[in-house]
Amino acid sequence: MLLRRLTEAFGPSGFEHEVRAILQEELEQYVSVWQRDALGNLIACKEAANGPRVMLAAHMDEVGLMVSHVDDAGLLHFHKVGGIDDRVLVSKPVFVGKERVPGVIGAKAIHLQKPEERTQVIPHRSLFIDIGAKSKDEALEKVKIGDYVVFATKYDEFGQGLAKGKAFDDRAGCVVLAEVLKEEFNFPLYGAFTVQEEIGLRGAGVAAYAIEPDMAIVIEGTTCNDVSGMDEHEYSTVLGGGPAITFMDTASIGNRAMIRELVRLAEENNIPYQFKGTVTGGNDAGRINVSRAGVPVVAISIPCRYIHSPVSVMSLADMENTIALIKLFLRSIEGGFRV
Amino acid sequence: MQTKEFLKQMVEATGVSGSECRVADFISRVYGEVCDDVRRDVLGNVIGFKKGSGEGKRPAIMLAGHMDEIGLMVTQIDDKGFLKFTQVGGVDQRTLVAQEVVVHGREDLVGVIGHKPPHLVPPEDRNKAIPMNELQIDLGLPVERVKELVRVGDVVTVKRSFVELGKDIVSCKAMDDRAAVAVIYECLQELRKLRHTADVYAVATTQEEVGLRGATVSTYGINPDIGIAIDVCHGAMPGVPEQDTAPMGKGPSIAFGANIHSKVFDQLVKLAKEYNIPYTLDPTPAGTGTDLWAMQVVRAGIPTALLSIPCRYMHTSVETVSMTDIKLSGRLLAYFIASVDAAFVEGLLCY
Repeated sequence: MLLRRLTEAFGPSGFEHEVRAILQEELEQYVSVWQRDALGNLIACKEAANGPRVMLAAHMDEVGLMVSHVDDAGLLHFHKVGGIDDRVLVSKPVFVGKERVPGVIGAKAIHLQKPEERTQVIPHRSLFIDIGAKSKDEALEKVKIGDYVVFATKYDEFGQGLAKGKAFDDRAGCVVLAEVLKEEFNFPLYGAFTVQEEIGLRGAGVAAYAIEPDMAIVIEGTTCNDVSGMDEHEYSTVLGGGPAITFMDTASIGNRAMIRELVRLAEENNIPYQFKGTVTGGNDAGRINVSRAGVPVVAISIPCRYIHSPVSVMSLADMENTIALIKLFLRSIEGGFRV
Repeated sequence: MQTKEFLKQMVEATGVSGSECRVADFISRVYGEVCDDVRRDVLGNVIGFKKGSGEGKRPAIMLAGHMDEIGLMVTQIDDKGFLKFTQVGGVDQRTLVAQEVVVHGREDLVGVIGHKPPHLVPPEDRNKAIPMNELQIDLGLPVERVKELVRVGDVVTVKRSFVELGKDIVSCKAMDDRAAVAVIYECLQELRKLRHTADVYAVATTQEEVGLRGATVSTYGINPDIGIAIDVCHGAMPGVPEQDTAPMGKGPSIAFGANIHSKVFDQLVKLAKEYNIPYTLDPTPAGTGTDLWAMQVVRAGIPTALLSIPCRYMHTSVETVSMTDIKLSGRLLAYFIASVDAAFVEGLLCY
């Protein structure tokens, strides 16, 4: 199953090799022309003589950690790669480096804490990864400074039609993009699997420059906080509510014509959809939007509870509906579309 | 079964204090392979019996390691189907965020303890730990289904697989104190190679984390001549004063103080030296915070000793211990048991 393979793959920002290889293998028989660039973006090029140049983008990278120091006791200290809340790190198993050396992030025993410590966040600079090495030399036999680290989370399905795993942001988007690329359209279509989104939307900008699209859709995994203790007006998205269309966030404003067409198609075809209710955050759409002389963009997202943590939760139906809606949109522009 | 495999299956099994049945069943089965008899008592303690050799009155030695683990308990199912919970034993609320759990309802249900995405956390909240009463378990099920499958009072464990960190260090939840049950198993296997006159009672105790209750009643039932508890102590790590910890992989930490009978302690140290078993010392003036505190004052009083396995990150779900420490502790216990005769027991009353 592609979603399982992709979410269990090792790919923090700047180290997307495994994800790239899986996607290329998955699409081998559907895509004949691949373009790569200096940053590591993987672009599936489905050329056609006429019609608008359409770019679809999903990012391959995930949030993670990077080994910054190995101390004399053989413990690994680390930097964060991308936006991780320090509070999710404690008491978790991780994999260090592409050989996946197992490690754990522990914490001082509760017995040794002062009561007030229990209400304080342990900053990530005070945490460390234990790989069972008893000295610096022993640790350096297995890992090196600069090694990336990912959460050791297994993909699984649970509850009613839900999946749990790491990196749904944005491997779920990669699955959607891969499924769409398995079909043929009568206009030039470019599927960009981008790098380095989590550390500043780095890959999408250069990919858009190279593709020079007439319009772009960004496929994301986005925040979802429809849980107890939140008021409904605070929800960014609702799990199971269908693909979430972004009208605005901190990085871009969605193209109105594209949004209108998506809504029309969803309603006519009984595909559930929702608008993202918050305007915080930003994604690759922000960079593509301002590429060259400007590109009309819209972001369509799969809601993910507990995003950017070791274990996020998504609805498989939301992913299927996102695939269906994007395919419908692409079919509709086969007949011509003006943004 | 290899001790490491035994430990793996134990720590991956469920046994929150008061709900130890599943891990107890597994331990009973394995102890059955190395003991003459295995039974349970009213509080659920698993008691393996290994008979000593020789005629006449044989000394009785009780080994106690607790099999219960800290965990959570469901206190409320809210109108959206999320579960509120409380702790069973000492749980650090900060270790629960973004954790996968198993809710032991009518069936085992996978759940997630989530948190607000970082994009939506106001800056002033980023430096505050999330209190346990604001955390909730997401089962991904409609509320009606949750109410069919889960009841208030059901226990919850962190979903965690045993992992080997290098050759010697292993990590999982519940190493406190199933590492000790593994020590006792190692000792029972070692005893098959040795001649011992003492009868051995290998006890996997219950409800230690909530008040040493299993040890209290099992010690009464057995009424041993010597009681030895095996527990975990804090493994050396940065951020913790060295004097509060013991080094990993350097053998058992042997406690001495009021909770320990000095002659039993002396004998353990003497044998460790004699057999070249490395050990560290753990001076504990008063309470040891282990089953031993209860065992010592059962009936008319029991001569006691405590061996501890250094454990890093105690009461998190990634507790780590050294297999070397488990093996060395098992061997030392076996040599101790083999050294005990009626005269030694009699001597324990002479101060």
